[in-house]
Amino acid sequence: MDNAAIVGVAQTKYERRKKDQILADLVFDVTRAALDDAGLAIGDIDSVVTVSNDFFDGRTISGMAVGDAAGGEDKNISTVSGDGAFGAFYGLMRVLSGYKATIVVAHYKGSEGSVPITTNGMFDPIFHRHLGIDAISAAALQADAYMARFGIREEDVAQVSVKNHGNAKNNPYAQLPMDITVADVMKSRKIAEPLKLLDCCPISDGAAAIIIANEEIAARTKKKPVWVKGVAHCCEEYFLGDRRLSDPVALQDAARRAYAMAGITDPMAEIDVAEVLEPFSYMEPLWLEGLGFCKPGEGAHLIEKGITTMGGRLPVNPSGGALSANPILVAGLARLIEATLQVRGEAGDRQVKNAATALAHGFNGPCGQSHCVWIMGGKK
Amino acid sequence: MAEWLKDVEPLTLKGRIAVPYSWWVGDTGSRFLMSLRDDRKILGTKCPSCGTVFVPPRKNCGRCFVDIEEWVEVAAEGVIEAHTIVHYAYPVQPVKPPFAYALIKLDGTDVGFLHLIKKDLDKIKNGLRVKAKFKEERTGSILDIDSFELI
Repeated sequence: MDNAAIVGVAQTKYERRKKDQILADLVFDVTRAALDDAGLAIGDIDSVVTVSNDFFDGRTISGMAVGDAAGGEDKNISTVSGDGAFGAFYGLMRVLSGYKATIVVAHYKGSEGSVPITTNGMFDPIFHRHLGIDAISAAALQADAYMARFGIREEDVAQVSVKNHGNAKNNPYAQLPMDITVADVMKSRKIAEPLKLLDCCPISDGAAAIIIANEEIAARTKKKPVWVKGVAHCCEEYFLGDRRLSDPVALQDAARRAYAMAGITDPMAEIDVAEVLEPFSYMEPLWLEGLGFCKPGEGAHLIEKGITTMGGRLPVNPSGGALSANPILVAGLARLIEATLQVRGEAGDRQVKNAATALAHGFNGPCGQSHCVWIMGGKK
Repeated sequence: MAEWLKDVEPLTLKGRIAVPYSWWVGDTGSRFLMSLRDDRKILGTKCPSCGTVFVPPRKNCGRCFVDIEEWVEVAAEGVIEAHTIVHYAYPVQPVKPPFAYALIKLDGTDVGFLHLIKKDLDKIKNGLRVKAKFKEERTGSILDIDSFELI
Protein backbone atom coordinates (compact mmCIF):
# COMPACT_ATOMS: atom_id res chain seq x y z
CA MET A 1 0.00 0.00 0.00
CA ASP A 2 1.22 3.52 -0.79
CA ASN A 3 1.76 5.74 2.22
CA ALA A 4 -1.19 7.83 3.33
CA ALA A 5 -1.59 9.94 6.45
CA ILE A 6 -4.16 11.73 8.49
CA VAL A 7 -3.02 15.35 8.30
CA GLY A 8 -5.94 17.25 9.83
CA VAL A 9 -8.60 16.49 12.44
CA ALA A 10 -11.47 18.31 14.12
CA GLN A 11 -14.38 17.55 16.43
CA THR A 12 -17.22 19.55 17.92
CA LYS A 13 -17.94 19.26 21.59
CA TYR A 14 -20.48 16.45 21.93
CA GLU A 15 -23.70 17.52 23.64
CA ARG A 16 -27.19 16.22 24.32
CA ARG A 17 -28.83 18.99 22.29
CA LYS A 18 -27.19 21.43 19.95
CA LYS A 19 -30.00 23.93 19.62
CA ASP A 20 -28.20 26.66 17.73
CA GLN A 21 -26.61 24.68 14.89
CA ILE A 22 -28.20 22.66 12.11
CA LEU A 23 -26.30 19.68 10.62
CA ALA A 24 -24.69 21.79 7.89
CA ASP A 25 -23.47 24.30 10.50
CA LEU A 26 -21.74 21.52 12.41
CA VAL A 27 -20.22 20.15 9.19
CA PHE A 28 -18.96 23.58 8.11
CA ASP A 29 -17.30 24.17 11.50
CA VAL A 30 -15.42 20.86 11.57
CA THR A 31 -14.46 21.07 7.89
CA ARG A 32 -12.90 24.49 8.41
CA ALA A 33 -11.28 23.44 11.68
CA ALA A 34 -9.74 20.31 10.07
CA LEU A 35 -8.34 22.46 7.25
CA ASP A 36 -6.91 24.93 9.79
CA ASP A 37 -5.43 22.03 11.76
CA ALA A 38 -3.71 20.76 8.61
CA GLY A 39 -2.72 24.22 7.37
CA LEU A 40 -4.50 23.50 4.10
CA ALA A 41 -7.05 25.50 2.10
CA ILE A 42 -10.28 24.11 0.70
CA GLY A 43 -8.65 24.28 -2.75
CA ASP A 44 -6.12 21.67 -1.63
CA ILE A 45 -8.92 19.13 -1.13
CA ASP A 46 -9.92 17.17 -4.24
CA SER A 47 -12.32 14.61 -2.81
CA VAL A 48 -15.06 14.68 -0.17
CA VAL A 49 -16.68 11.80 1.73
CA THR A 50 -19.62 12.52 4.00
CA VAL A 51 -20.82 10.06 6.63
CA SER A 52 -24.56 10.61 6.55
CA ASN A 53 -27.59 8.41 7.21
CA ASP A 54 -30.95 9.17 5.66
CA PHE A 55 -33.02 7.54 8.39
CA PHE A 56 -31.17 9.24 11.24
CA ASP A 57 -31.08 12.61 9.48
CA GLY A 58 -34.71 12.46 8.34
CA ARG A 59 -33.96 13.32 4.73
CA THR A 60 -33.27 11.40 1.54
CA ILE A 61 -29.74 11.32 0.03
CA SER A 62 -28.71 13.07 3.21
CA GLY A 63 -25.08 13.56 2.15
CA MET A 64 -26.21 16.06 -0.49
CA ALA A 65 -27.57 18.36 2.22
CA VAL A 66 -24.15 18.85 3.79
CA GLY A 67 -22.05 18.83 0.60
CA ASP A 68 -21.71 22.61 0.41
CA ALA A 69 -20.73 22.80 4.08
CA ALA A 70 -18.08 20.11 3.53
CA GLY A 71 -16.50 22.12 0.71
CA GLY A 72 -17.82 19.68 -1.88
CA GLU A 73 -19.53 22.19 -4.16
CA ASP A 74 -17.10 21.77 -7.09
CA LYS A 75 -15.68 18.38 -6.13
CA ASN A 76 -16.08 14.66 -6.31
CA ILE A 77 -18.33 13.89 -3.32
CA SER A 78 -20.00 10.74 -2.10
CA THR A 79 -21.36 9.26 1.09
CA VAL A 80 -20.89 6.33 3.43
CA SER A 81 -24.05 5.52 5.35
CA GLY A 82 -22.41 3.75 8.25
CA ASP A 83 -19.91 4.29 11.03
CA GLY A 84 -17.24 6.95 10.50
CA ALA A 85 -14.39 4.42 10.78
CA PHE A 86 -15.75 2.97 7.51
CA GLY A 87 -16.16 6.47 6.04
CA ALA A 88 -12.47 7.03 6.76
CA PHE A 89 -11.68 3.72 5.07
CA TYR A 90 -13.46 4.93 1.93
CA GLY A 91 -11.58 8.23 2.19
CA LEU A 92 -8.31 6.31 2.33
CA MET A 93 -9.30 4.34 -0.79
CA ARG A 94 -9.91 7.64 -2.58
CA VAL A 95 -6.36 8.76 -1.78
CA LEU A 96 -4.90 5.38 -2.76
CA SER A 97 -6.73 5.60 -6.08
CA GLY A 98 -5.14 8.91 -7.00
CA TYR A 99 -6.80 11.80 -5.19
CA LYS A 100 -4.37 13.93 -3.21
CA ALA A 101 -6.43 14.85 -0.18
CA THR A 102 -9.83 13.61 0.95
CA ILE A 103 -11.85 15.21 3.69
CA VAL A 104 -14.11 12.79 5.57
CA VAL A 105 -16.83 14.46 7.60
CA ALA A 106 -19.37 12.73 9.85
CA HIS A 107 -22.40 14.35 11.48
CA TYR A 108 -25.24 13.25 13.73
CA LYS A 109 -27.98 14.81 15.81
CA GLY A 110 -29.53 12.24 18.09
CA SER A 111 -31.65 14.99 19.62
CA GLU A 112 -33.74 15.34 16.46
CA GLY A 113 -35.03 11.83 15.76
CA SER A 114 -35.76 8.58 17.57
CA VAL A 115 -32.86 6.19 18.17
CA PRO A 116 -34.97 3.07 18.92
CA ILE A 117 -37.34 3.58 15.98
CA THR A 118 -34.41 4.19 13.63
CA THR A 119 -32.31 1.28 14.86
CA ASN A 120 -35.39 -1.01 14.72
CA GLY A 121 -35.28 -0.19 11.01
CA MET A 122 -31.93 -1.96 10.59
CA PHE A 123 -33.57 -5.32 11.30
CA ASP A 124 -35.28 -7.59 8.80
CA PRO A 125 -38.78 -6.25 8.04
CA ILE A 126 -40.31 -9.69 7.50
CA PHE A 127 -39.04 -11.74 10.43
CA HIS A 128 -37.66 -9.37 13.08
CA ARG A 129 -38.79 -5.77 12.92
CA HIS A 130 -42.33 -6.44 14.17
CA LEU A 131 -40.89 -7.94 17.34
CA GLY A 132 -39.75 -4.42 18.28
CA ILE A 133 -36.06 -5.34 18.53
CA ASP A 134 -33.70 -2.32 18.38
CA ALA A 135 -30.01 -1.61 18.96
CA ILE A 136 -30.32 -1.56 22.76
CA SER A 137 -32.32 -4.78 23.19
CA ALA A 138 -30.07 -6.54 20.65
CA ALA A 139 -27.00 -5.40 22.59
CA ALA A 140 -28.60 -6.71 25.78
CA LEU A 141 -28.94 -10.15 24.17
CA GLN A 142 -25.25 -10.03 23.27
CA ALA A 143 -24.31 -8.90 26.78
CA ASP A 144 -26.29 -11.80 28.23
CA ALA A 145 -24.76 -14.35 25.83
CA TYR A 146 -21.24 -13.08 26.53
CA MET A 147 -21.52 -12.69 30.29
CA ALA A 148 -23.35 -15.99 30.82
CA ARG A 149 -20.83 -17.91 28.70
CA PHE A 150 -17.81 -16.70 30.65
CA GLY A 151 -19.36 -16.09 34.08
CA ILE A 152 -18.74 -12.33 33.88
CA ARG A 153 -20.55 -10.37 36.60
CA GLU A 154 -22.45 -7.12 36.04
CA GLU A 155 -20.01 -5.47 38.47
CA ASP A 156 -17.12 -6.48 36.18
CA VAL A 157 -18.47 -4.61 33.16
CA ALA A 158 -19.67 -1.73 35.36
CA GLN A 159 -15.99 -0.92 35.92
CA VAL A 160 -15.71 0.02 32.25
CA SER A 161 -18.36 2.69 32.70
CA VAL A 162 -16.60 4.00 35.83
CA LYS A 163 -13.24 4.14 34.01
CA ASN A 164 -14.52 5.74 30.81
CA HIS A 165 -16.70 8.39 32.44
CA GLY A 166 -13.68 9.20 34.62
CA ASN A 167 -11.40 9.45 31.59
CA ALA A 168 -13.93 11.79 29.99
CA LYS A 169 -13.03 14.39 32.63
CA ASN A 170 -9.78 14.85 30.69
CA ASN A 171 -11.53 15.26 27.33
CA PRO A 172 -12.98 18.71 26.60
CA TYR A 173 -15.10 17.23 23.76
CA ALA A 174 -16.82 14.60 25.94
CA GLN A 175 -20.48 14.91 26.86
CA LEU A 176 -20.57 13.01 30.16
CA PRO A 177 -17.46 13.41 32.31
CA MET A 178 -18.50 11.85 35.63
CA ASP A 179 -17.15 10.59 38.92
CA ILE A 180 -19.17 7.44 39.47
CA THR A 181 -18.70 4.15 41.28
CA VAL A 182 -19.56 0.55 40.45
CA ALA A 183 -22.37 0.87 43.00
CA ASP A 184 -23.79 3.85 41.05
CA VAL A 185 -23.84 1.77 37.87
CA MET A 186 -25.41 -1.19 39.67
CA LYS A 187 -28.24 0.87 41.14
CA SER A 188 -28.98 2.83 37.95
CA ARG A 189 -32.29 2.16 36.22
CA LYS A 190 -32.66 -1.17 34.40
CA ILE A 191 -32.90 -0.66 30.64
CA ALA A 192 -32.68 -4.16 29.13
CA GLU A 193 -31.12 -6.69 31.49
CA PRO A 194 -28.24 -6.97 32.14
CA LEU A 195 -27.80 -3.41 30.84
CA LYS A 196 -28.55 -0.56 33.20
CA LEU A 197 -28.66 3.14 32.38
CA LEU A 198 -24.99 3.70 33.23
CA ASP A 199 -23.96 0.71 31.08
CA CYS A 200 -25.40 2.56 28.08
CA CYS A 201 -24.17 5.47 25.97
CA PRO A 202 -26.03 8.79 26.02
CA ILE A 203 -27.85 10.31 23.04
CA SER A 204 -25.52 12.89 21.52
CA ASP A 205 -25.21 15.61 18.91
CA GLY A 206 -21.94 16.39 17.14
CA ALA A 207 -19.69 16.23 14.11
CA ALA A 208 -16.09 15.36 13.28
CA ALA A 209 -13.76 15.57 10.28
CA ILE A 210 -10.42 14.22 9.16
CA ILE A 211 -8.24 14.93 6.16
CA ILE A 212 -6.43 11.95 4.65
CA ALA A 213 -3.64 12.84 2.23
CA ASN A 214 -0.96 11.32 0.05
CA GLU A 215 2.75 11.83 0.70
CA GLU A 216 2.98 14.93 -1.51
CA ILE A 217 0.37 16.82 0.56
CA ALA A 218 1.54 15.32 3.86
CA ALA A 219 5.00 16.79 3.23
CA ARG A 220 3.64 20.34 3.53
CA THR A 221 0.98 20.20 6.24
CA LYS A 222 1.22 22.17 9.48
CA LYS A 223 0.96 19.22 11.85
CA LYS A 224 3.00 16.05 11.97
CA PRO A 225 1.31 13.52 9.66
CA VAL A 226 0.03 10.39 11.35
CA TRP A 227 0.46 7.45 9.01
CA VAL A 228 -1.90 4.59 8.26
CA LYS A 229 0.14 1.52 9.18
CA GLY A 230 -2.62 -1.04 8.84
CA VAL A 231 -6.38 -1.12 8.29
CA ALA A 232 -8.99 -3.78 7.55
CA HIS A 233 -12.66 -4.47 7.98
CA CYS A 234 -14.79 -7.58 8.00
CA CYS A 235 -18.47 -8.46 8.31
CA GLU A 236 -20.48 -11.39 9.64
CA GLU A 237 -24.06 -12.66 9.36
CA TYR A 238 -27.13 -10.41 9.37
CA PHE A 239 -29.53 -12.41 11.56
CA LEU A 240 -28.58 -12.25 15.25
CA GLY A 241 -29.47 -15.91 15.73
CA ASP A 242 -27.03 -17.01 13.02
CA ARG A 243 -24.11 -15.52 14.93
CA ARG A 244 -22.37 -16.63 18.10
CA LEU A 245 -22.75 -13.25 19.77
CA SER A 246 -20.05 -13.91 22.38
CA ASP A 247 -17.50 -14.62 19.66
CA PRO A 248 -16.75 -11.52 17.54
CA VAL A 249 -15.30 -13.36 14.55
CA ALA A 250 -15.51 -10.40 12.15
CA LEU A 251 -13.45 -8.32 14.56
CA GLN A 252 -10.89 -11.11 14.94
CA ASP A 253 -10.50 -11.24 11.19
CA ALA A 254 -10.29 -7.46 10.73
CA ALA A 255 -7.70 -7.24 13.52
CA ARG A 256 -5.63 -10.08 12.12
CA ARG A 257 -5.42 -8.42 8.71
CA ALA A 258 -4.78 -4.91 10.07
CA TYR A 259 -1.99 -6.27 12.29
CA ALA A 260 -0.45 -8.18 9.37
CA MET A 261 -0.42 -5.01 7.28
CA ALA A 262 1.17 -3.05 10.13
CA GLY A 263 3.67 -5.81 10.93
CA ILE A 264 2.28 -6.31 14.42
CA THR A 265 2.72 -9.77 15.91
CA ASP A 266 2.11 -9.06 19.62
CA PRO A 267 -0.60 -6.39 19.90
CA MET A 268 -0.33 -5.99 23.68
CA ALA A 269 3.41 -5.31 23.42
CA GLU A 270 3.36 -3.22 20.25
CA ILE A 271 0.25 -1.03 20.61
CA ASP A 272 0.45 1.85 23.09
CA VAL A 273 -3.17 3.02 23.27
CA ALA A 274 -6.54 1.89 21.92
CA GLU A 275 -9.76 3.74 21.20
CA VAL A 276 -12.58 1.23 20.71
CA LEU A 277 -16.25 1.91 19.99
CA GLU A 278 -18.16 0.81 23.12
CA PRO A 279 -21.65 2.31 23.29
CA PHE A 280 -22.37 -0.35 25.92
CA SER A 281 -19.98 -1.20 28.76
CA TYR A 282 -19.71 -4.96 28.04
CA MET A 283 -18.52 -4.17 24.51
CA GLU A 284 -15.11 -2.87 25.61
CA PRO A 285 -13.87 -6.18 27.08
CA LEU A 286 -15.55 -8.20 24.30
CA TRP A 287 -13.89 -6.11 21.59
CA LEU A 288 -10.52 -6.28 23.39
CA GLU A 289 -10.83 -10.07 23.19
CA GLY A 290 -11.69 -9.85 19.49
CA LEU A 291 -8.69 -7.58 18.96
CA GLY A 292 -6.43 -10.25 20.45
CA PHE A 293 -5.30 -8.31 23.53
CA CYS A 294 -6.31 -11.30 25.65
CA LYS A 295 -7.99 -14.67 25.40
CA PRO A 296 -11.78 -15.04 25.01
CA GLY A 297 -13.50 -14.44 28.34
CA GLU A 298 -10.57 -12.55 29.87
CA GLY A 299 -11.40 -9.03 28.66
CA ALA A 300 -12.96 -7.99 31.95
CA HIS A 301 -9.76 -8.95 33.82
CA LEU A 302 -7.75 -6.33 31.88
CA ILE A 303 -9.49 -3.49 33.66
CA GLU A 304 -9.33 -5.26 37.05
CA LYS A 305 -5.57 -5.58 36.67
CA GLY A 306 -5.28 -1.91 35.74
CA ILE A 307 -4.00 -2.69 32.24
CA THR A 308 -6.62 -0.60 30.41
CA THR A 309 -6.72 2.35 32.84
CA MET A 310 -4.71 5.54 32.30
CA GLY A 311 -1.17 4.67 33.36
CA GLY A 312 -1.72 0.99 32.55
CA ARG A 313 0.11 -1.00 29.89
CA LEU A 314 -2.67 -0.40 27.35
CA PRO A 315 -4.90 2.57 28.18
CA VAL A 316 -8.24 2.00 26.45
CA ASN A 317 -10.49 4.93 25.60
CA PRO A 318 -8.57 7.77 27.28
CA SER A 319 -11.20 9.99 25.64
CA GLY A 320 -14.01 8.43 27.65
CA GLY A 321 -15.21 6.52 24.60
CA ALA A 322 -18.74 6.21 23.32
CA LEU A 323 -20.06 5.70 26.85
CA SER A 324 -19.22 9.37 27.41
CA ALA A 325 -20.56 10.63 24.06
CA ASN A 326 -22.13 8.58 21.29
CA PRO A 327 -22.90 10.63 18.22
CA ILE A 328 -23.76 7.55 16.12
CA LEU A 329 -21.72 7.43 12.85
CA VAL A 330 -19.41 10.17 14.16
CA ALA A 331 -18.31 7.95 17.04
CA GLY A 332 -16.00 5.67 15.04
CA LEU A 333 -14.38 8.67 13.36
CA ALA A 334 -13.91 10.22 16.80
CA ARG A 335 -12.00 7.08 17.86
CA LEU A 336 -9.68 7.55 14.86
CA ILE A 337 -9.23 11.25 15.65
CA GLU A 338 -8.38 10.42 19.26
CA ALA A 339 -5.83 7.83 18.10
CA THR A 340 -4.33 10.46 15.77
CA LEU A 341 -4.08 13.04 18.57
CA GLN A 342 -2.38 10.44 20.78
CA VAL A 343 0.29 9.72 18.15
CA ARG A 344 0.81 13.44 17.60
CA GLY A 345 1.26 13.92 21.34
CA GLU A 346 -1.57 16.48 21.26
CA ALA A 347 -4.17 14.70 23.39
CA GLY A 348 -3.84 17.19 26.25
CA ASP A 349 -4.80 15.89 29.69
CA ARG A 350 -5.78 12.52 28.19
CA GLN A 351 -2.37 12.01 26.52
CA VAL A 352 -0.79 8.59 26.94
CA LYS A 353 2.98 8.96 27.40
CA ASN A 354 5.13 8.00 24.41
CA ALA A 355 2.18 6.83 22.33
CA ALA A 356 3.91 5.82 19.08
CA THR A 357 1.36 3.30 17.82
CA ALA A 358 -2.38 3.67 18.36
CA LEU A 359 -5.35 1.46 17.49
CA ALA A 360 -8.77 2.83 16.54
CA HIS A 361 -11.90 0.76 16.04
CA GLY A 362 -15.44 1.30 14.80
CA PHE A 363 -18.34 -0.99 13.99
CA ASN A 364 -21.57 -1.12 12.01
CA GLY A 365 -24.76 -3.06 12.55
CA PRO A 366 -26.33 -4.62 15.63
CA CYS A 367 -23.92 -6.14 18.17
CA GLY A 368 -20.93 -5.30 15.97
CA GLN A 369 -21.95 -7.03 12.76
CA SER A 370 -18.97 -5.54 10.95
CA HIS A 371 -15.81 -4.05 12.39
CA CYS A 372 -13.10 -1.73 11.09
CA VAL A 373 -9.64 -1.65 12.71
CA TRP A 374 -7.00 1.05 12.16
CA ILE A 375 -3.37 1.04 13.25
CA MET A 376 -1.84 4.53 13.23
CA GLY A 377 1.82 5.44 13.72
CA GLY A 378 4.14 8.43 13.71
CA LYS A 379 6.60 7.00 11.21
CA LYS A 380 6.03 6.16 7.55
CA MET B 1 -24.54 28.86 21.76
CA ALA B 2 -25.19 32.30 20.31
CA GLU B 3 -25.81 34.82 23.14
CA TRP B 4 -29.13 36.10 21.85
CA LEU B 5 -30.52 32.55 21.55
CA LYS B 6 -30.00 31.95 25.28
CA ASP B 7 -32.75 34.46 26.08
CA VAL B 8 -35.44 32.90 23.90
CA GLU B 9 -36.97 29.48 23.32
CA PRO B 10 -35.04 27.95 20.37
CA LEU B 11 -37.39 27.00 17.54
CA THR B 12 -37.99 23.41 16.50
CA LEU B 13 -40.08 22.32 13.54
CA LYS B 14 -41.93 19.04 13.90
CA GLY B 15 -41.89 16.45 11.16
CA ARG B 16 -42.63 12.79 10.63
CA ILE B 17 -41.60 10.52 7.81
CA ALA B 18 -44.22 7.82 7.40
CA VAL B 19 -43.63 6.01 4.13
CA PRO B 20 -45.90 3.06 3.42
CA TYR B 21 -44.11 -0.07 2.22
CA SER B 22 -45.42 -3.40 0.94
CA TRP B 23 -42.58 -5.86 1.25
CA TRP B 24 -43.10 -8.94 -0.92
CA VAL B 25 -42.21 -11.75 1.41
CA GLY B 26 -40.84 -13.98 -1.37
CA ASP B 27 -41.41 -17.69 -1.92
CA THR B 28 -39.29 -18.91 1.00
CA GLY B 29 -40.63 -16.47 3.59
CA SER B 30 -44.21 -16.90 2.32
CA ARG B 31 -44.11 -20.66 2.82
CA PHE B 32 -42.81 -20.12 6.37
CA LEU B 33 -45.41 -17.50 7.31
CA MET B 34 -48.29 -19.36 5.61
CA SER B 35 -47.30 -22.47 7.55
CA LEU B 36 -47.48 -20.49 10.81
CA ARG B 37 -50.87 -19.08 9.77
CA ASP B 38 -52.51 -22.20 8.34
CA ASP B 39 -50.90 -25.13 10.15
CA ARG B 40 -49.29 -23.72 13.31
CA LYS B 41 -46.09 -25.34 12.15
CA ILE B 42 -42.58 -23.86 12.12
CA LEU B 43 -40.61 -24.65 8.97
CA GLY B 44 -36.89 -24.36 8.36
CA THR B 45 -34.57 -25.05 5.45
CA LYS B 46 -31.44 -27.20 5.44
CA CYS B 47 -28.24 -26.32 3.61
CA PRO B 48 -27.16 -29.22 1.36
CA SER B 49 -23.51 -28.36 1.92
CA CYS B 50 -22.97 -27.63 5.65
CA GLY B 51 -26.21 -29.19 6.88
CA THR B 52 -27.23 -26.09 8.88
CA VAL B 53 -30.96 -25.95 9.52
CA PHE B 54 -32.02 -22.30 9.36
CA VAL B 55 -35.15 -20.88 10.93
CA PRO B 56 -36.58 -18.59 9.69
CA PRO B 57 -35.79 -20.46 6.47
CA ARG B 58 -33.27 -19.11 4.02
CA LYS B 59 -33.27 -19.52 0.23
CA ASN B 60 -29.47 -19.73 0.18
CA CYS B 61 -26.66 -20.39 2.60
CA GLY B 62 -24.41 -17.34 2.97
CA ARG B 63 -21.67 -19.48 4.50
CA CYS B 64 -21.46 -22.08 1.70
CA PHE B 65 -22.85 -19.76 -0.98
CA VAL B 66 -25.20 -22.37 -2.38
CA ASP B 67 -28.96 -22.65 -2.99
CA ILE B 68 -31.07 -24.33 -0.32
CA GLU B 69 -34.01 -26.43 -1.45
CA GLU B 70 -34.70 -28.88 1.38
CA TRP B 71 -37.54 -27.97 3.76
CA VAL B 72 -37.79 -29.43 7.26
CA GLU B 73 -40.48 -29.08 9.88
CA VAL B 74 -38.84 -28.07 13.14
CA ALA B 75 -40.16 -28.35 16.68
CA ALA B 76 -42.27 -25.59 18.19
CA GLU B 77 -40.12 -25.86 21.29
CA GLY B 78 -36.49 -25.49 22.15
CA VAL B 79 -33.90 -24.05 24.51
CA ILE B 80 -33.20 -20.42 25.50
CA GLU B 81 -29.68 -19.51 24.39
CA ALA B 82 -29.72 -15.84 25.40
CA HIS B 83 -32.35 -13.49 26.76
CA THR B 84 -32.97 -9.96 27.99
CA ILE B 85 -35.81 -8.50 30.01
CA VAL B 86 -36.75 -5.15 28.51
CA HIS B 87 -37.80 -2.31 30.80
CA TYR B 88 -38.09 0.63 28.39
CA ALA B 89 -40.99 1.41 26.08
CA TYR B 90 -41.12 2.79 22.55
CA PRO B 91 -43.85 2.66 19.92
CA VAL B 92 -42.70 -0.29 17.78
CA GLN B 93 -42.74 -2.83 20.62
CA PRO B 94 -45.72 -5.21 20.21
CA VAL B 95 -46.18 -5.58 23.96
CA LYS B 96 -45.88 -3.35 27.01
CA PRO B 97 -42.67 -3.76 29.07
CA PRO B 98 -41.52 -5.58 31.00
CA PHE B 99 -41.20 -8.46 28.54
CA ALA B 100 -38.28 -10.51 27.26
CA TYR B 101 -36.54 -11.19 23.99
CA ALA B 102 -34.87 -14.56 23.64
CA LEU B 103 -32.74 -16.33 21.10
CA ILE B 104 -34.22 -19.83 21.12
CA LYS B 105 -32.60 -22.88 19.58
CA LEU B 106 -35.64 -24.84 18.38
CA ASP B 107 -35.16 -28.60 18.42
CA GLY B 108 -33.79 -29.75 15.07
CA THR B 109 -32.27 -26.37 14.14
CA ASP B 110 -28.77 -24.90 14.26
CA VAL B 111 -29.42 -21.17 14.70
CA GLY B 112 -31.09 -18.98 17.30
CA PHE B 113 -34.72 -17.99 16.65
CA LEU B 114 -35.53 -14.49 17.90
CA HIS B 115 -38.87 -14.08 19.64
CA LEU B 116 -40.75 -12.83 22.68
CA ILE B 117 -41.39 -14.22 26.15
CA LYS B 118 -44.18 -12.43 28.00
CA LYS B 119 -44.75 -14.48 31.17
CA ASP B 120 -42.71 -15.81 34.09
CA LEU B 121 -40.02 -13.20 33.50
CA ASP B 122 -38.52 -13.81 36.94
CA LYS B 123 -38.00 -17.48 36.09
CA ILE B 124 -36.26 -17.10 32.71
CA LYS B 125 -32.79 -18.59 32.49
CA ASN B 126 -30.59 -19.59 29.60
CA GLY B 127 -30.84 -23.34 29.08
CA LEU B 128 -34.52 -23.59 30.04
CA ARG B 129 -36.98 -25.09 27.57
CA VAL B 130 -39.77 -23.01 26.01
CA LYS B 131 -42.70 -23.72 23.71
CA ALA B 132 -44.38 -21.55 21.07
CA LYS B 133 -47.85 -20.22 21.85
CA PHE B 134 -49.74 -19.49 18.64
CA LYS B 135 -52.34 -16.75 18.34
CA GLU B 136 -55.93 -17.77 17.68
CA GLU B 137 -56.27 -15.24 14.88
CA ARG B 138 -53.33 -15.55 12.54
CA THR B 139 -52.52 -13.35 9.56
CA GLY B 140 -49.25 -14.67 8.13
CA SER B 141 -46.81 -12.76 10.36
CA ILE B 142 -43.95 -13.57 12.70
CA LEU B 143 -46.41 -12.44 15.40
CA ASP B 144 -48.72 -15.37 14.56
CA ILE B 145 -46.54 -16.88 17.26
CA ASP B 146 -47.76 -14.78 20.17
CA SER B 147 -44.71 -15.62 22.28
CA PHE B 148 -42.81 -18.49 23.82
CA GLU B 149 -43.66 -19.87 27.26
CA LEU B 150 -41.55 -21.78 29.76
CA ILE B 151 -42.34 -25.50 29.75
